Amino acid sequence: MIYFDKVSKIYNGGSVALESITFTAEPGEFVSIVGQSGSGKTTLVKLLLAEERPTEGAVFFESSNVHTLSKRGLNMLRRRIGTVFQDFRLLPQKTAYENIAFAMEAAGRPDDEIASDVPHVLELVDLGDKMWNFPNQLSGGEKQRVAIARAIVNQPDVVIADEPTGNLDPVNTYEIVQILKKINDLGTMVILTTHNKGVIDALKKRVITLERGKMVRDDKQGKYLL
Amino acid sequence: MWINVGRIIKSGFVSFWRNWFVSLASLLMMTVTLSVIGALIFLSATLATTLDFIRSKVDVSAYFVSSAAESDIMALKSSLESLPEVLSVEYISRDEALKRFRERHANDQLTLQALDELGDNPLEASLSIKAKDPSQYENIAKFLGGSDALGRGGTTLLDKVNYAQNKTAIDKLSKIIEAARTFGYALTGILVVASLLITFITIRLAIYISKEEIAVMRLVGASNAYIQGPFIFIGFIYGLIAALVTMGFLYGLTVWLGPVTARFFTGTDILEYYLNNFGELFLILLSSGMLLGVAASFWAVKRYLKEV
Repeated sequence: MIYFDKVSKIYNGGSVALESITFTAEPGEFVSIVGQSGSGKTTLVKLLLAEERPTEGAVFFESSNVHTLSKRGLNMLRRRIGTVFQDFRLLPQKTAYENIAFAMEAAGRPDDEIASDVPHVLELVDLGDKMWNFPNQLSGGEKQRVAIARAIVNQPDVVIADEPTGNLDPVNTYEIVQILKKINDLGTMVILTTHNKGVIDALKKRVITLERGKMVRDDKQGKYLL
Repeated sequence: MWINVGRIIKSGFVSFWRNWFVSLASLLMMTVTLSVIGALIFLSATLATTLDFIRSKVDVSAYFVSSAAESDIMALKSSLESLPEVLSVEYISRDEALKRFRERHANDQLTLQALDELGDNPLEASLSIKAKDPSQYENIAKFLGGSDALGRGGTTLLDKVNYAQNKTAIDKLSKIIEAARTFGYALTGILVVASLLITFITIRLAIYISKEEIAVMRLVGASNAYIQGPFIFIGFIYGLIAALVTMGFLYGLTVWLGPVTARFFTGTDILEYYLNNFGELFLILLSSGMLLGVAASFWAVKRYLKEV
């Protein structure tokens, strides 16, 4: 369970990124967060990953406040959250296989598990034949699929996808959304931020709408309305 | 735990290899630094032995009148030996002095003939006195000039004391060497600091390239130790390789310069010095290289690990 409790974020110089955001996301839910650029979607994700501190309020993951966790606790939390970004954030010096294996190694998983899970998860995103390619030998959609494979390989409780289709064409966008939906169907909570109307309307899942840092709508089976 | 150590080492090697150009730049800089440190060691060793050599040439010789009895001379010798400033006293009898003179002029028939003409031994017995520290010759010379050095019956035994004759030359030479040493130290000191800084910055830049990688590592929940590990290991490898390369480089340099320095700095052959002190030299370069590599990597990565 994720719980935002009256969270505000004001950056230095007084620009308000988020204002008194309160919502709960339950295990197994698919929550889309929509809004125009600058509406605070990315700030919200950063707060959840404890990459930023809230100016007011608190963010809870299950029963723990993510901003009061110890370093170790924070690392443990991050291993339970898979993340996917618009810019993929793959390690350019590592192959697709190594990028995914790296996340498992960092979590301290044994070698035999890595050797069996990585090919499996790459098959899941339909990249079994590109296992040994470096990121610069992959297309945008393929890179994003590697990133998703990396996000889910440690079987996280939550997958956060921050504008995952922002750099992709409609076909690849559709494929990525289908993969996210499949992950959600298998029981993992997915939090998706996007400003792509087509994606939201096709999903028919919960939609939280942000406008200039404020939450203006929270619909159970929402559409992209602005 | 051991799984992680293995992974850190492996990942260190892999990124060392895949970023070979950056690795090469860092290695080069570190080799320069270590070479400067090595040069500093050679410089100080050469100048120190030269200085010691020159100082060891300094002594006070007291020459005795030919009528001086050997027992009186020996009495003076033992009283000199009891002085705290004195390191050693050597007695050279008239016969010994003659023998040495003949040896020294073995190729000079004219001088030897002149000596033979004289019939009698014209040389004086002497005491050659070495002090523990060059600054103490003054006191010893004074002691010889004082009443203690007089023989029985108040007649003087001493003919002359040659201290004052060499003094000026020795003082001047000592000063020149001291100045050269200070200057050399200052110059190498500046070079060491400069190359240390450049190495630090090079490694920092090398890690700056990896800042995205570090961000991703944090994102997937890698612990700080796990993130820093490979970089610190690479720093360690830089130190090791740079120390080896520097030792090779210094070997070549000493082979080349050895004969020259042996001639120039009285008796210090730096090749010999290199071979005799190989272990110590390698240990110094290795430890400073590794320390530098590890410390530079540690600080550079730490910058990107700061929590918000």
